Amino acid sequence: MLKIKNLKVSINNKKIINGLNLEVNAGEIHAIMGPNGTGKSTLASVIAGREIFEVTEGSIIYQGKNLLEMSPEVRSREGIFLGFQYPVEIPGVSITNFMKTAINEHRKYKGLEPLTATMFLALMEEKKKMVDLQTKLTNRSVNEGFSGGEKKKNEIFQMAMLEPTLAILDETDSGLDIDALRVVANGVNKLRRKDNAFIVITHYQRLLDYIVPDFVHVLFEGRIVKSGKKELALELEERGYDWIKQEVEAQSLL
Amino acid sequence: MKTTGIALSLKEKLENNFSENKELIFKNSTNFINEIRTKAFESFKLMGFPTIKQENWRYTNLENALSKDYHQQFQPQGNTVDIEKVFHCEVHHLDTYTVTQLNNWYAEKHIPLCHLPNGVIIGSLAKAIEAHPDIVEKHFGRYADFEKSGITALNTAFAQDGVFIFVPDNVEINKPIQIINIIDSNDDLLVQPRNLIILGKNSKLTLVHCDHTIKHKSSFINTVSEIFMDEGSSMDHYKLQNKDDRSAMITNTSFHLEANSNLTTNTIVLNGGLIRNNLNIKLNGKGSHADLNGLYLVSGTQHVDNNTFVDHASPDTTSNELYKGVVDQNARAIFSGKILVRRHSQRTQAIQTNRNLLLTDEAIVNSKPHLEIYADDVKCGHGATVGQLDPDELFYLRARGISEENARMLLMYAFADEIVTKISVPALRERICSLVSKRLKGELSICDQCVLHCNDNEIPSFEIDMSKV
Repeated sequence: MLKIKNLKVSINNKKIINGLNLEVNAGEIHAIMGPNGTGKSTLASVIAGREIFEVTEGSIIYQGKNLLEMSPEVRSREGIFLGFQYPVEIPGVSITNFMKTAINEHRKYKGLEPLTATMFLALMEEKKKMVDLQTKLTNRSVNEGFSGGEKKKNEIFQMAMLEPTLAILDETDSGLDIDALRVVANGVNKLRRKDNAFIVITHYQRLLDYIVPDFVHVLFEGRIVKSGKKELALELEERGYDWIKQEVEAQSLL
Repeated sequence: MKTTGIALSLKEKLENNFSENKELIFKNSTNFINEIRTKAFESFKLMGFPTIKQENWRYTNLENALSKDYHQQFQPQGNTVDIEKVFHCEVHHLDTYTVTQLNNWYAEKHIPLCHLPNGVIIGSLAKAIEAHPDIVEKHFGRYADFEKSGITALNTAFAQDGVFIFVPDNVEINKPIQIINIIDSNDDLLVQPRNLIILGKNSKLTLVHCDHTIKHKSSFINTVSEIFMDEGSSMDHYKLQNKDDRSAMITNTSFHLEANSNLTTNTIVLNGGLIRNNLNIKLNGKGSHADLNGLYLVSGTQHVDNNTFVDHASPDTTSNELYKGVVDQNARAIFSGKILVRRHSQRTQAIQTNRNLLLTDEAIVNSKPHLEIYADDVKCGHGATVGQLDPDELFYLRARGISEENARMLLMYAFADEIVTKISVPALRERICSLVSKRLKGELSICDQCVLHCNDNEIPSFEIDMSKV
């Protein structure tokens, strides 16, 4: 589904991702872990199409298409979803209007008729239930005045609405209490199918208790330096990242 | 110096017009009003038109607008126009009492002055001067100060007609009154409507004031409206401006508020070549309150200047001001707001905010919030921002599949919506809501307002060019 080859990314001439390779197949959940400032969020942003980053080398192929040539909105309509680490507050834009516009642009892209108001509201209710979202959304502006937990739940709600093929969750667990964490994880598990995939970026093993990954990767200095099964996350939780840093340094000496 | 010469010549022409048409101008007024007229004319002769050398007019240069050879109409031009056919306003379904002015003249010729059973009088100011000199003389020329402003003096000298509304004590008018001011002429025209609105004690009025142009000749409009609000009265006031790019318009609106009266005034500028709105509010009685809301959407080479002055002339008065603007292409918007708190006006609360969205490098905003405080127990604040669409917000919307163009639209609309949601008449809010969104999409034309004449004329187009952002 997603093939990233030798990806190099800079911002203001500062290298952030430095030769990253990653392959994600349908039905898989990949966890990406690593110390702060190693390029995890940059990777998520680059996949979603954030223009402030400059891809200097490498390729990202998504379902056989060159992702780097697509605008952020086309990537979304092609099935890519980014759950933001810091969802933006947009005063004056109601969630209903926002989601309706988004869904109908997705439908237009697929050659489908726009949803009627009734159908749309029914869909909203269904998805709200699915992700266990109790917040009244209809008259509220996007994320405005939301608590940290509500913002993250709102990301999962949007994901449920848009039914992406590849969802990247950028530290969706940070700042969540255990109940909110469970809601987020349940949402992901309910949306999980054989034909979609998830990349979960996290600092903590505890999210992976609820969302069980098929693969765990460690990102360090802009590269994936270690990959393993879910047990790797447990090991990282126990031992920290220092031993990985040492391994990397030892390799570079060779 | 050439342009000054031209401006002077219009001034001279007007002075000649005044002398030559004195009989026509004076004949329908009372002596009292004609005395004010004569004083005002002297004031105009002394001051002339404002120039950019005056601090208050620094950013709005009238030279171009004043360089045309305008005609003045000293009496209504025949009965050739059927107002119902010329103009059809879509806000009609809003169930209002509608009063129409054509080129400044009160246009409902069959009933020039309407007396409702509850004592309300609505109609032509010219007729009101004749029929109710006692009421008119008590207020005329008292709130719009012609000794300090050349253009107010000019209007006062020539003022002949306009809208007169009188609401007696304790009367609430349940339907909004809508004033529609239409300019329709084959000549370049100078028109000077004069409106007088009087609210009695504990009375209530919703007033919607719309300005439109039909034929696309140049026009110069200089309106003066005086509004007196007696104790405990309340008023919801809307000014909608959708003028073509060839018109220049100066509006001078002076509110005088007595104790415990409550005013909400909303100025919505959808389009206009050159617009200058002078809004003066005097909070003259304890417990009086004013909300001032403004929204201006300008593009092309349009120029909109909102100049507001809130005079806290009594203790325990409050005001809350919010003006927002979206400025595109080569347009220019000016906000200049002054709040004056007089020495004895203790416990004043005043907030003034101006926010602007600049869509191009060429667009210009001059924002000048200004507080002048002489009392010591007050709570006042002001602020101004000029910014662009937030790239983080844009990306967030696009990351959900919304096209860049629609994302911009949503954000601009959201920006304007803060003012639109303050409109308390639901039908009007809906209407303005749709006008604003059409305007932002570049789909609004003058034809949205009137159905007949627009189609035979070349319509100036104005679009917000999304690609330029």
